[in-house]
Amino acid sequence: MIGETLTISAVLFAIGVVGVLTRRNALILFMCVELMLNAVNLTFVALSRLHGGTLGQAFVVFVMTVAAAESAVGLAIIIAVYRHFGTVDLDRINLLRG
Amino acid sequence: MDQVARYVYYLFALVAVASALVFVTRKSPVSAALWLVSTMFAIAGMYVLMDAQFVAAVQVLVYAGAIMVVFLFVVMLLNLGEGEASEEFRRSRTRIAAGALGLVLLAIPLTVYRGGFYSVLVPTDRPLVPSAVTGEVNVVTSVAQALFTDYLIAFEVTSLLLLASVVGAVALAKRRTPA
Repeated sequence: MIGETLTISAVLFAIGVVGVLTRRNALILFMCVELMLNAVNLTFVALSRLHGGTLGQAFVVFVMTVAAAESAVGLAIIIAVYRHFGTVDLDRINLLRG
Repeated sequence: MDQVARYVYYLFALVAVASALVFVTRKSPVSAALWLVSTMFAIAGMYVLMDAQFVAAVQVLVYAGAIMVVFLFVVMLLNLGEGEASEEFRRSRTRIAAGALGLVLLAIPLTVYRGGFYSVLVPTDRPLVPSAVTGEVNVVTSVAQALFTDYLIAFEVTSLLLLASVVGAVALAKRRTPA
């Protein structure tokens, strides 16, 4: 079961990466990042189960806290960007492209 | 782990991967968010089957509850519900490159887990160590023990991080009024 879980977490992480690279909507990009964090959490829980302990679960709590903080700040940035550009399409937000 | 639990585990795994695939292909941010909630619930189910009940509860409360509600709130606040149909994905060359990179990223952990050094260090197919959380010690006690003793400083720093992110989110999202 642990091997399967590690595989599934790798699959979820890869789906998240492909989403980040292919989507243009900043909000969906953020959701893909959340999916990748979830995949890592799944690995933490699986490996902590493999060793029969719970230390990995304590780390998952930390990861979730950081994810919550990250999504709060990130969504605030998206709101500010939307106010400025009138869109969240990442291909149209290209001030630094020169 | 008995046979029924194994079937339930595979069901949750299937739901997680299928919902994630549907999630990245949806055009509308609202339906993408709802499919992501489905993935997170399935992952919570897998946590329960791996004796991580506390993490499963937190997953449902924090991820599927709080974080996704904030996402949906922003989608509806900015009125992005429809999605600009043809422009949601990058052009096809980028998509093919991203798919190839995804396959490479998938291959690396799989080779490491299956045939590489990880399965030598810790064979993932060996019989599981009996869980530490059955019987006298429950899982919340065990997790809290780690959080409030060995990792107390990290735990306190997390509260500072949350405070900073709350202040930062308000400062960023606040409408600038001309002074």
